Amino acid sequence: MKKFFMKTLASAATSFAVVLGLSVSVFAADAEKAPKEVNWSFSGFFGTYDRAALQRGFQVYEEVCAACHGIRYIAFRNLTEIGFSEEEAKAIAEKYETVSPQYYWEDTEDFDGNPAKAKVYPVVTAGLSDKFPAKQFETEAQIRDGNGGALPPDLSLITKARHHGPDYVYSLLTGYEDAPSGMEMVPGMSYNPYFGGSQIAMANPLFEDQVEYADGTKATADQMAKDVVTFLMWAAEPKLEERHQMGYKVMIFMLVFTILMYFSNRRVWADVKKKKD
Amino acid sequence: MAGNSNFQSNNKVVNWIEERMPIFSLIDGSLGASYPAPKNLNYWWNFGSLAGLALVIQIVTGIVLVMHYTPNTELAFDSVEHIMRDVNYGWLLRYVHANGASMFFIVVYIHIFRGLYFGSYKAPRELLWILGVVILILMMATAFMGYVLPWGQMSFWGAKVITNLFSAVPVVGDSLVQWLWGGFAVDNPTLQRFFSLHYLLPFVIAGVVILHIWALHKHGSNNPLGIDVKSPQDTVGFHPYYTAKDLFGIGVFILVFAYFVFFNPNYLGHADNYIPANPLLTPASIVPEWYFLPFYAILRSITFSISIPFTDIVLIDAKLLGVLAMFGSLAVLIALPWLDRSPVRSSRFRPMYRWFFWILVIDSFILGYVGAQKPEGIMPTLGLIGTAYYFFHFLVLLPFIMPKYEKDTKLPESISNPVIK
Amino acid sequence: MATNENKNGEGVTRRDFIHVAAGGVGAIAAASVVWPLVDQMNPSADVLALASIEVDLSSIERGGAVKVMWRGTPIYIRHRTEAEIAAAKADDSAVLPDPATDGDRVQKPEWMIMEAVCTHLGCVPVGAEGGYNGDFGGWFCPCHGSHYDTSGRIRKGPAPRNLAIPPYQFVADTTIVIG
Repeated sequence: MKKFFMKTLASAATSFAVVLGLSVSVFAADAEKAPKEVNWSFSGFFGTYDRAALQRGFQVYEEVCAACHGIRYIAFRNLTEIGFSEEEAKAIAEKYETVSPQYYWEDTEDFDGNPAKAKVYPVVTAGLSDKFPAKQFETEAQIRDGNGGALPPDLSLITKARHHGPDYVYSLLTGYEDAPSGMEMVPGMSYNPYFGGSQIAMANPLFEDQVEYADGTKATADQMAKDVVTFLMWAAEPKLEERHQMGYKVMIFMLVFTILMYFSNRRVWADVKKKKD
Repeated sequence: MAGNSNFQSNNKVVNWIEERMPIFSLIDGSLGASYPAPKNLNYWWNFGSLAGLALVIQIVTGIVLVMHYTPNTELAFDSVEHIMRDVNYGWLLRYVHANGASMFFIVVYIHIFRGLYFGSYKAPRELLWILGVVILILMMATAFMGYVLPWGQMSFWGAKVITNLFSAVPVVGDSLVQWLWGGFAVDNPTLQRFFSLHYLLPFVIAGVVILHIWALHKHGSNNPLGIDVKSPQDTVGFHPYYTAKDLFGIGVFILVFAYFVFFNPNYLGHADNYIPANPLLTPASIVPEWYFLPFYAILRSITFSISIPFTDIVLIDAKLLGVLAMFGSLAVLIALPWLDRSPVRSSRFRPMYRWFFWILVIDSFILGYVGAQKPEGIMPTLGLIGTAYYFFHFLVLLPFIMPKYEKDTKLPESISNPVIK
Repeated sequence: MATNENKNGEGVTRRDFIHVAAGGVGAIAAASVVWPLVDQMNPSADVLALASIEVDLSSIERGGAVKVMWRGTPIYIRHRTEAEIAAAKADDSAVLPDPATDGDRVQKPEWMIMEAVCTHLGCVPVGAEGGYNGDFGGWFCPCHGSHYDTSGRIRKGPAPRNLAIPPYQFVADTTIVIG
C-alpha cells in the first residue's frame, strides 16, 4: 500500500510539474527570440540584491531611462532601501516637481461671473514621501506625440510584467542588431529580435561610457544593462530580501514541526499497526 | 455531525457549559475520540482536512486584504501595489492569498480523484459527493472573480472572455451578459459586483462545507478497501489517530505552500497581470489560471455546430455547444453516482476500472496541457479527442460498457481482517 | 486523550516528549501567524512617511494664516501681528479656564501654530479669514460657540481646553517640521 502511495504520488507530482512547466513555457513560444539567461544576484533560493549594482542601476535609470519612462510606484523614501542616506534621497527628490496632495482654495468666478472657490493642487518640489512623478503631468496623447506614436511603459513593474522579466529586459537592452537584409522596417523603428514583432520604437538606449559610475566600474553597455535590470527588479519586488529571509525561517520551522509530527503520528499509531502484523 | 459522543469531563466549567450547550460532545463526536474512523485510511484521505485548512487561509487573508484593497477600476491596481509595497506584511498576505487559491485547487483536485479511485461517491454517500461538486463549482466562481480584482490585463480580458460565454445562451444571451456586466462592457460596475460576490461566496462555500461534513459523518469515511465498517475493530477514534495524521499532512502541505509563497510567488500567475488593465489592447494570449485549463480546453475544443443534416438549419451553434460541454463536464460529475453502476467501491477490486481511472487522469492532464496552448496545429484535434474521451468515460464506459465486461470480484471480509473470502 | 499505554516506562516518557515537542512547535507556529494579521492594521509605510511634514512659512504674510493637514488633522499656522501678540501677552494675567501663558504656547511669538480642532467636540474653529473670529479676536467655533483668543486659549463657551499645540520645530528661519 505504501509503495502504491509513493509511486502514485511521485507520478502525480511529476506530471503536475510537467504540465505546469509546459503551461508556462508556451508563453515564451512566441515569434520573438528567447531571452538570454543571466545569473542574477537576486535569483534563486538565496537571492539578494547587489547593493552596488542597485545604486549604479538607479543612476542608469535616472540618466538614461527617465527621459521617457516613469517609475510611478516608487517613492523617494524607498531610495533609502537601496543604500542612499535620507539626505541623499531628499536631494534626489528635490530635483523633481510633483502635484501636492495638499490643496488650497482659490478665489475664482463661476460661469455667471459670481465669486466661487476652486480647489487647487499646487505643483511643488517633491519630498521624501512623494512618488516619482512619472509622466503623469502629460496626457497619453502628448506622450505619444513626443515619442513617434509609441507609449513608453512605466518601469515600476516591468521585470514582473514580462515573461522571464529580468532576462527579457536585459536581452532587449543589449539585443539591438542591424535588420536582416530584405526586412522592411517601419521608419523610426529599430530592429530587436527579442521584442515581439522585432521592430521597436525605442532606439538602442545604451552606449559605452554613457554614464560615469562613481565607484569606478567600467560603464559598458552590458554592465549598464545588468545594473539597470537589478534596479528595476528591486523596483518591482522591493520586498524580495525580506521575503527570502522570512522564507528560510518558515521552511526550517515547518520542517522541524513536520518531522516531529511524523514521529508523533507514528507513536500514536504504533499500537494499532502492531496488532495488524 | 453530532455523533454518539460519550463525552465526560471532571472540569466543572466544562460541564456547566456542556449541560446548557452540548458543544464539547459535538466536537468530540465530530473530531474527537468518539468519532469512529476506519483504521485503514491512507494518506490520500489527508486532503479533505487540507482543503478545509486552505479555505480558512483564504478567508482569513482575504478579509485582511479587503482592509487595503479598493474595488474601483481607477484605483484597484494601485491599491494592490500599495498592499505589496507599503502595508505591513502586505506582500505576505497577498502572496499567501494568490498562491492559496492554487493550493486550494491542487488539494481539492487530489481529493476528488481520491473519491473517484476509491468509489467514495457510491451509496450511501451520493449526496456527500454532490455537495462536494457544488463546492467545486462555487470555488471556481470565487476564484474567477477573485482573479479579476487586481484589474491587471489578464483580470480584465479573463473577465471579458468568461462573461462572454453567457452570450451563447439562446435568445437572452446578450441581455444576460449586459446584466452580468452592469453595462455595455466589463467596467467599474462589473468589478464592484465581482468584489461583492468574491467576498460573499467563500462564506457560502463554508456553509456547504458544513453540509458536506454533516453528510460525511452520517455514514463515516469511505476507506481504501471500499467495504463498510462492520465492527468496532475496524475503526479507531478520530482523535488522536487522524488528528495526528492530519497535522503531519498539514506540515507537508505548508512546506509546499511556503515554497511558492516565499521563493516562487509569481510562478503560478501570469506576467500580464502586472500590467494595468487596458480595454484597447488584448494580451498576446489569454490563458486562464492553471486550475481552469482542462475546462478551458473543453470549451475551446468544440468548433463545430450541430445542424439538421442536408439543411442549413443550425440547431446548436459551436459557441453554445462549447459552453454546454464545459458546464456538462461538471454536470456529469453530479450524475456520477448513478452512471457508475458497479456495487464495488474501491478500484483495488476493480482492475478494469483502475485502468480507466488512470486513463481519465492522463486525459485530464492532456486537457490541461491543451488548455495552455494556442489553438494551433494539432492542439484543437487533441483537445477534441480529450473532450470526447472525458464524456465517453462518464457517459458510455461507466454505465454501458463496463457492466458487460467487469467480472465480479470477491471483497475482503472486513477492514480488520482484510483477507479475501 | 489517553491512548493505549505502553508498558515500557521509558517508551512512555519518550512518546510524551515527542507529542509535547510537536505540540509546542505547532503552537508557536500558529501564534506567529497572528502577528502579520495584526500588524497589517498598523499605519502603512506611506502613511508613516507623512507622519511628519515640512512647511515653508516664508510665503505667509504678517496677519495671514494657512491651514495644512498633518496626520489627518488641520493645523493653523498664523503669522501674528504685533497687536495680536501684545493682546495675547496682556491676557496672560486674565482669568483663564485653562491657564497657560502665551510664551508657553509659541516658539517664536510671530508664529502661532496649533491644531484647528475645537476641544469641545472636534469642529474646526474659524479665524479672521472666516469673517467672525470671536469676542477675543482669535478663533471662534461655529458649532457650539466657543471663543478662543489670539493665543488659541479658550476664553468663553463650552470647550474645556485651549487649542492643542502639535509637536513642531524650526529647521530653518521660516521652515518648520510638524510631527
